[in-house]
Amino acid sequence: MVGIVIVSHSKKVADGLYELADQMTGGKIRIGRSGGTKDGRLGTNVDEIVEEIKKCESGDGVLILVDLGSSVMSAQMALEFLDEEYAGKVEIADAPLVEGTIAASVEASIGSDILKVKEVAEAAKNLVKI
Amino acid sequence: MLLTKSDVVNILDDIVKIVEDNRQYLTELDAAIGDADHGINLDRGFKAVRDKMPQFSDKDIGAILKNVGMVLVSTVGGASGPLYGTFFMRMGNVVSGKNTLDENDIIAMFEAGLSGIKERGKAQAGDKTMIDAMEPALNELKRALSEGRGLKEAIEAAANDAYNGVLMTKDIAAKKGRASYLGERSIGHQDPGATSAYLMIKTVADYVDKLQQ
Repeated sequence: MVGIVIVSHSKKVADGLYELADQMTGGKIRIGRSGGTKDGRLGTNVDEIVEEIKKCESGDGVLILVDLGSSVMSAQMALEFLDEEYAGKVEIADAPLVEGTIAASVEASIGSDILKVKEVAEAAKNLVKI
Repeated sequence: MLLTKSDVVNILDDIVKIVEDNRQYLTELDAAIGDADHGINLDRGFKAVRDKMPQFSDKDIGAILKNVGMVLVSTVGGASGPLYGTFFMRMGNVVSGKNTLDENDIIAMFEAGLSGIKERGKAQAGDKTMIDAMEPALNELKRALSEGRGLKEAIEAAANDAYNGVLMTKDIAAKKGRASYLGERSIGHQDPGATSAYLMIKTVADYVDKLQQ
């Protein structure tokens, strides 16, 4: 199954969103998260993103969901740091973090492939709430 | 004129100091239009560079710069981590295996580093970013060297143009980064990223100046 990695500037956001997505999928898929810097500040951490991608890859690929600014650039750098074996298997979704992560996690848990999971995450941009 | 490996290490040391000295100033600039962490983030990153330097300072210049980039990427935390990290890594790539730098190497490094920043941040001159200091500096450096002026004079001219670029960022609206959320309201504020880029270029100019005295 496709794995999901949550990247936020805030550890609390990443942890809280992990909790939500994990509850929705009942532990069926691997969900990783990286929030904040190594020394506990707000920010992003490329090394940790790389580690989380590795932990969440089970052969079907990994989708990364990001919040803002340096999350995007740090996720892109993480992709560059991954070994050859991950080439083409890891994607970054252009999606809102919370809604996109929930939608992608549920889609991954029913066995969809990485492109479908990414498509569903990105469609969360158009979610009408009220 | 050649710069040696020890010159490069000394310049990096000087950059660590200039970032430390301007930590508060850069953070204040960022507080006006960003998330008030530019100085703090860069200072963390360059202090980590200083701490890890003994592990790679005996390698060639390319490897030193690549290591500096890696340290920045993994310690800065904000957007300046991937941006300056990419800048130093790309500079390192073009001087792989070298232990001295001539004028052509310096131009090639700066060009590679700047194009790395543009790719990474998907920004260009006029977006109110570090590029607004770097691009005029690179253009002036190339122009001055092609006119046969020495490295000292050329880098000094480049630093002056970088400073003019910094001042120009006050007159334009941000199109990238956290400041872009402010749009037109970012006009009137000097860009912190352009300021840190200028400070680093000025540090190189000051070092080369001392070297030639």
